[in-house]
Amino acid sequence: AMDTDLSSQDRKDLDKFIKFFALKTVQVIVQARLGEKICTRSSSSPTGSDWFNLAIKDIPEVTHEAKKALAGQLPAVGRSMCVEISLKTSEGDSMELEIWCLEMNEKCDKEIKVSYTVYNRLSLLLKSLLAITRVTPAYRLSRKQGHEYVILYRIYFGEVQLSGLGEGFQTVRVGTVGTPVGTITLSCAYRINLAFMSTRQFERTPPIMGIIIDHFVDRPYPSSSPMHPCNYRAGEDNGAVYPSVEDSQEVCTTSFSTSPPSQCVFTVTKAHFQTPPPVVTDTLKVPVMGLAFSHQLSSSRLSYQPAALGVGSADMGYPVLFAGGLNAAHPHQLIGPGKEGGVPPVPNQPAHGSQADQERMCTPLEGVHYSAATPSSSEDTETVSNSSEGKCGSPHDLLETIFIRKVGAFVNKPINQVTMANLDIPFAMFAPKNVELEDNDPMVNPPESPETESPLQGSLHSEGSSGSSTGNTHDDFVMIDFKPAFSKDDILPMDLGTFYREFQNPPQLSSLSIDIGAQSMAEDLDSLPEKLAVHEKNVKEFDAFVETLQ
Amino acid sequence: SCPLSSRCCAPSGAAPAMNCRAEVLEVSVEGRQVEEAMLAVLHTILLHRSTGKFHYKKEGTYSIGTVGTQDVDCDFIDFAYVRVSSEELDRALRKAVGEFKDALRGSGSDGMGQISLEFYQKKKSRWPFSDECIPWELWTIKVNVVNLANEQERQICREKVGEKLCEKIINIVEVMNRHEYLPKMPTQSEVDNVFDTSLKDVQPYLYKISYQITDSLGTSVTTTMRRLIKDTLAL
Repeated sequence: AMDTDLSSQDRKDLDKFIKFFALKTVQVIVQARLGEKICTRSSSSPTGSDWFNLAIKDIPEVTHEAKKALAGQLPAVGRSMCVEISLKTSEGDSMELEIWCLEMNEKCDKEIKVSYTVYNRLSLLLKSLLAITRVTPAYRLSRKQGHEYVILYRIYFGEVQLSGLGEGFQTVRVGTVGTPVGTITLSCAYRINLAFMSTRQFERTPPIMGIIIDHFVDRPYPSSSPMHPCNYRAGEDNGAVYPSVEDSQEVCTTSFSTSPPSQCVFTVTKAHFQTPPPVVTDTLKVPVMGLAFSHQLSSSRLSYQPAALGVGSADMGYPVLFAGGLNAAHPHQLIGPGKEGGVPPVPNQPAHGSQADQERMCTPLEGVHYSAATPSSSEDTETVSNSSEGKCGSPHDLLETIFIRKVGAFVNKPINQVTMANLDIPFAMFAPKNVELEDNDPMVNPPESPETESPLQGSLHSEGSSGSSTGNTHDDFVMIDFKPAFSKDDILPMDLGTFYREFQNPPQLSSLSIDIGAQSMAEDLDSLPEKLAVHEKNVKEFDAFVETLQ
Repeated sequence: SCPLSSRCCAPSGAAPAMNCRAEVLEVSVEGRQVEEAMLAVLHTILLHRSTGKFHYKKEGTYSIGTVGTQDVDCDFIDFAYVRVSSEELDRALRKAVGEFKDALRGSGSDGMGQISLEFYQKKKSRWPFSDECIPWELWTIKVNVVNLANEQERQICREKVGEKLCEKIINIVEVMNRHEYLPKMPTQSEVDNVFDTSLKDVQPYLYKISYQITDSLGTSVTTTMRRLIKDTLAL
């Protein structure tokens, strides 16, 4: 019954729009969590590959993951596409931060024009998504990632699962678009309680060959899709090639008509590629040890290797990609899609308002059957990869730049220290006090003061305890870190904070020490009678003085 | 001043025409945050109210260019926003916001004012009647400038204003999502009555920015300075 209201062409177009809307939604969300500022160029001439008239780059791996999750389906009632954003610390603890949901409900708008109004509203919705992805708490977290935690994404299709967000999560609605087959809704549920989590105990899973796999114990779906870091670039050793969207021959050129709505035209063309366009990706060559990888593992993203977790990982010399400043340049910066040397210019759309049906150039697509496999021509695509080994450095260098110093949460400060502490508290780094580290922490046990220990202390304790260590009066205070205002730690070796720490235990002033005081007291006592005699002589002057005051 | 000025639009302060929806946002900021806060709000609105450049082809059809976007970090506010990638548009907004900020700091101002972003359509009339500007959406941002005593307060203000701006962005997106009236897509001959086609890379709906400063007596002073941004660019 619905199909009689919606022409088959409209239906095809609508399905296409929804599919690409879903893919672009995923791109916007993941790119907003890469930890970098995104910049794309406006172009006054349509390039034919900019869906919804917006310059949104397509990261091939992300498209691949999204298509895999969708598996040829489209969001429908009860079948939502969800992008889960989570945080994973360098110790392996994870926390879900956000779930972005693209849902479809049953409320249909039969009157709406698919090829025009729906398309433009989907474009508006993507703009709203761009804006909203910057205002949830995870955005700021993701901008500071890289040192102590990474942000991961996971795409799944089916029922929305919000239980991992903790209590009191909030929801923000990005927007809705009514279509003849249902209303598309885009929203985000996000955790607000980012503090130390005591209620959830994760098993400490040793990293499996440095690959991040979703291993949560209480995950309800055992076959959940793997998590991926938002800021990782694929290694190319296994030759995994992710065709860009351009390759999939589903290119969109919009041609709108200003004639009356009944003749509104939307034309989709199949771009013909003579030679497959090279896809330039900036990749890190990641040396992989001779271990067996399942196909899924090898196509997952390699991520950081937390140091010293007893897996013998240091011996294996795992390449570690997770260090400050290591994020490889991403190919999606500042290059409009049309400039990648990929898409040939799409033939002009000659469709008139009244000649729409005759002159459509679109190749009949397979309707709703979108297979994850790419059309054959794109399998020949060569991938030009520029390995950026210069950035990667040797595994040793990378290991050395891993640090697990327990400073405050989300501190964006690289420190070249590797501790061997294996804390068992999840999210220990976010805890206000780290007991195990007090021995090592100079804040707690300040270095020995210079030799002149406080005599006051010595004599207050028992006589023979003048050798007691100094600084113990400071045990009451456990200062984990000290960040004085206006001080910048990372420029000078000595700064306000360091200065304060070093000089906060100065030796006692000698005049305050009791030994000297004791000596002068004896002298004072002896000199008292003399002083009294002098005062008595001048008593008359004193009395006169007192009278002047009255 | 506005090339159509005296003949064109309703005098400032007039109530928006019927069917013009009006939205009001309020923010309290420190003096040095005014510019960034205003730019964040105005750019977010214009992101939703700009399209790619139209290219009209054979009779009745047109294609639309591509709008790029970019992230902007604020220096004085813990906040980031997305704007359209168009230097011309950014310059125009900065100029208007700069004037607003200077006026707020000027004498007679108690630190309260408002800046308005109005989207309108032009309706051509025959001589001797002047063209009409018919507003269809009006955004008013009320600003209250606060003075802070010390650095600690300023740090708190950075965060608080950042949170407030997040709320404003969500509010703006809510309004945009209502899919209420938008001007009909124009034919080639009508496009300049609906869109500002003077920019080379994007095409916002026709808009104008004006502002008012409230003096310490609470009355609105020195009237609005009205400029068409097209006009400002020409200067």
